[in-house]
Amino acid sequence: MSIEVRIPTILRPYTSGEKLVTAQGITLAEVINDLEINYPGIGERLLDENGLRRFINIYVNDEDVRFLDGLQSVIGENDSITILPAVAGG
Amino acid sequence: MRFDSLLDSVGHTPLVGLPRLSPSPDVRLWAKLEDRNPTGSVKDRAALAMVLDAERNEILTPGATLLEPTSGNTGISLAMVAKQRGYQLVCVMPENTSVERAQLLAIWGAKIIYSPAAGGSNEAVRVAKGLAAENPDWVMLYQYGNPANALAHYENTGPELLADLPSITHFVAGLGTTGTLMGVGRFFRDNKPDVSIVAAEPRYGELVYGLRNLDEGFIPELYDESLLTTRFSVGPRDAVRRTRELLELEGIFAGVSTGAILHAALGIAAKAVAAKESADIAFIVCDGGWKYLSTGVYEGSLDEAEDALEGQLWA
Repeated sequence: MSIEVRIPTILRPYTSGEKLVTAQGITLAEVINDLEINYPGIGERLLDENGLRRFINIYVNDEDVRFLDGLQSVIGENDSITILPAVAGG
Repeated sequence: MRFDSLLDSVGHTPLVGLPRLSPSPDVRLWAKLEDRNPTGSVKDRAALAMVLDAERNEILTPGATLLEPTSGNTGISLAMVAKQRGYQLVCVMPENTSVERAQLLAIWGAKIIYSPAAGGSNEAVRVAKGLAAENPDWVMLYQYGNPANALAHYENTGPELLADLPSITHFVAGLGTTGTLMGVGRFFRDNKPDVSIVAAEPRYGELVYGLRNLDEGFIPELYDESLLTTRFSVGPRDAVRRTRELLELEGIFAGVSTGAILHAALGIAAKAVAAKESADIAFIVCDGGWKYLSTGVYEGSLDEAEDALEGQLWA
């Protein structure tokens, strides 16, 4: 099962400039593990010892995973994942 | 309705039902028309509250100069309030904002300092903080961290919603400074805690997320995640599509950020229908469409509108 993951500009050095990559996994944590295997170094830009980094937002089908089950959020076959840095609005 | 002055008329906005967009008689959508405020946006509430609070705390003295990072609406609201209360205003605004915002700021007498497009409002905040350090006599009310911003919604927007719609089940608003959602969210937590608080966050083009490194990320000091039930990211295509549906089906001419909020509200409504639950979903119409006419989002195909918004701070 492969899931589409959108990579923000700031993390594309890890994906050879690709903005859309695919990854495998049943949970978000597994998807991030799989990203790390294929794009070494990206994992620690997304996670720290406390889980998801403060200035990283990850959305499954446009919903913020912090309000789903966080890293344990279950990812379905047709789901899409978007990673974005937290920026100011307003 | 009669008021002693324009500033006294801020708030008290209508809540209107949306009979054609509501999916069923049991799942209803309600629009709170914040474009009916004096400068045409929800930000009049926060701007007035922040100025009055600073006056009470004697941070603002007659003739003072205000400084504020803003993508537009807060600046326009502050310019109007500043003019009424006798202050100067300097706004730091990203250069990738619609021309009407700059025109309106000039009309109300504000001075604009542009910040670079890349980095969006993050850059405006950074530039404004630098200017504040260089000009210690200027007063930066700082909408992202000023408790009076959220308090305006705790004391007014929230109670207005509950009075007009006692059966409210969901509240949906845009996530920018987070002031509206924090204030209304806290009000419902204290007064009707079963109301779901839903954030719709605009997802801009890549230019806006052009940080140099992740440590430059920004989360408004006002933000308290525990007040939200959920948070959606809405891209420009969905925002424009919903803005047009609101106009076509209900006759409401709103700005693009309102389309993003409506998109999240319709998602909630669809879930309620699927779960066979009843729902009264209230959402914020942040402003009217007037300030966005030059962007072309009300004309042509969705593809063209999406292209027109690429790289723009549309909310």
